[in-house]
Amino acid sequence: MDKFTQHLGVAAALLQANIDTDVIIPSREMKRVSKQGLGDGLFANRRYTLPGSREINPNFVLNKPEYANTSILLSGANFGCGSSREHAVWALKEYGIRAIIAEGFGSIFYNNCIRNGLLPLVLSEKEIAALTDFVWSDPQSNRIHIDLEKQQVTASPGQIFDFAIKPEQKEMLIHGLDAIALTMKLNAEISAFQQQYLKTYTWLN
Amino acid sequence: MLSDTDKKEFIIVSKKMAKTLFEKIWQQHVVTNLEGDTSLLYIDRVFLHERTGSIALKSLSADGRKVVNSDQVFCTMDHIVDTFKGRNDTTLMPSGQDFIVATREACVEANIKLFDVNDPQQGIVHVISPELGIVQPGCTLVCPDSHTCSQGALGALAWGIGSSEAEHALATKTLRVTKPKTMKVEFVGELADVVSAKDMILHLIGEYGAAGGAGYVIEFCGPAIENLGIEARLTLCNMAVEFSAFSCLIAPDAKAIEYLQNRPYSPKGEQWERAVEYWKTLYSDSQATFDNVITIDCANIGPTITWGTSPEHTCSVNGVVPEVKLNDNGLEDQSYIRAMDYMQVTPNMRLSDLAIDAAFIGSCTNSRISDLRVAAKILKGRKVASGVKAICVPGSTLVKKQAEQEGIDKILIDAGFEWRESGCSMCFYAGGENFGYQKRVVTSTNRNFESRQGPETRSHLASPATVAASAIAGHLADPRDYL
Ligand code: SF4
Repeated sequence: MDKFTQHLGVAAALLQANIDTDVIIPSREMKRVSKQGLGDGLFANRRYTLPGSREINPNFVLNKPEYANTSILLSGANFGCGSSREHAVWALKEYGIRAIIAEGFGSIFYNNCIRNGLLPLVLSEKEIAALTDFVWSDPQSNRIHIDLEKQQVTASPGQIFDFAIKPEQKEMLIHGLDAIALTMKLNAEISAFQQQYLKTYTWLN
Repeated sequence: MLSDTDKKEFIIVSKKMAKTLFEKIWQQHVVTNLEGDTSLLYIDRVFLHERTGSIALKSLSADGRKVVNSDQVFCTMDHIVDTFKGRNDTTLMPSGQDFIVATREACVEANIKLFDVNDPQQGIVHVISPELGIVQPGCTLVCPDSHTCSQGALGALAWGIGSSEAEHALATKTLRVTKPKTMKVEFVGELADVVSAKDMILHLIGEYGAAGGAGYVIEFCGPAIENLGIEARLTLCNMAVEFSAFSCLIAPDAKAIEYLQNRPYSPKGEQWERAVEYWKTLYSDSQATFDNVITIDCANIGPTITWGTSPEHTCSVNGVVPEVKLNDNGLEDQSYIRAMDYMQVTPNMRLSDLAIDAAFIGSCTNSRISDLRVAAKILKGRKVASGVKAICVPGSTLVKKQAEQEGIDKILIDAGFEWRESGCSMCFYAGGENFGYQKRVVTSTNRNFESRQGPETRSHLASPATVAASAIAGHLADPRDYL
């Protein structure tokens, strides 16, 4: 899995609450039994003029030239709520998004991010507004810096915001760990547990 | 005799020992504690479907990993499969067949029980899992599908996960889970006639917001919950994810035990006795404390419907679209403005003035036999308004069969409804069948998101009774006028 330690990038704001995974990638864009080929479908309903078309909607933030190479999204509360589709995360990654700064996240989406090396980062509405203000006048120059080790987001030199993340999730991201491989090291413990467990809860076997 | 200090001490100790239902199930499944508040939890059951399960199985096998305990893994064809009579592997959804075939092959390879396209037990995962007795009180069940929380209605800890997590559960029988906070949502008082579990959950989300349950596992309880049948509880729990909860639970009571008796995958004989004995211990101790408590009086709940594109955009079915909400900075909430524009509604517009193009009864929220009975009661001897496309999709093949035995299919067809094979159908739009560009739909499903049911379709979430009444009226309508 990709590691995340530090990142400096162009940030774009989608300041709206409850951006759901249907908005991030509509179901009809999930065409193959695959984790690849999804970047084009990212925000398809907003990025293109008509549903299903590929005609660029010039008003959508990511289509504006000043937001070229966006790698950080700024959003509102409950980003990634709704459907569990991990395609939302795969599409964001394929497009080039490395981190999302929002007031909160849908819980399944949050875990999906961690499992794929995409950093979901929670800041307050005020802090996100400050970041948006900083970026707005010149997104290409006013890049945002994220340091996961220090748990800090930096806009201009004086604007530093601390953020929280669970130690286990920080570890996973910094070292690009594969959760399954990590858990498999505990196989002996799992088997021992299972044996005991199924002696008690016999009907669940 | 205990002294006062002793008594105080006693109360503190018993409070400490007192556990919530969630805590009991959680502790029972902890294999080991990992860092912080994350634990490795043992997973009893995994359910898959052809939409996301296919990818999880394929990716697992590409990584050279195997499904352990495949006996406890189940899979169904519900999302992509067509719902027309005589259906097969080909689908209206472009490339749908690839998902169906890939799923079937992967299930054979991994030796997983599959409820295939025309299996008599096929159906929507959250309908058939309870119906077949696969989900049971006190067990952990995961599925790469966000509405897995529905199954908490039977007192299981069931929650939706992504594909990577599904691979993890399949390969290790465990998941690394961060412990959620606990919330008690108590429903008191009595529900009025025709007001249903769907109205209860829409009301809750409308009052407390679509992120109101974020970070919590919810226990639904109180007299009104006890009065609900199991199917209604499944409806209520279905939309805990629309409330952003990690998941939800209802303590299994005599109704839940009775419901599970003699289901195909329920324990039998002596195992049944043992299971029931254990299920009876699954409740929150009276002294147990929750991180948050909400109480809702059912007297305040009427038929509820959504006007916007978030499940929190609710109002009474005979009410009006609200004013634009102001955010903390006193500015107009952009999500409200966008939602009103998308739905083509304006503040103070009466919902009953909105003409509909289509009516849909189905989905894991409201497609069980009790839902179809309610709809049939309203539709009996009446006709769907002309120009309204009305569709009923039973949640499982068994529900369909039961409805046909009761003559419900005939009532619905006579009224002008299409009667379909079971599946998710137009609960979501994947490029195949849909309600049409910018059409307005009244729907018994759970998501009113932009383009969820078709290109720029406008979805109004409601109970099956409200959908049936609206189908007859040709506009959004109060079911109490059609009793
Ligand atoms: S019926 Fe709709 S919400 Fe339920 S599982 Fe199927 S697609 Fe998802």
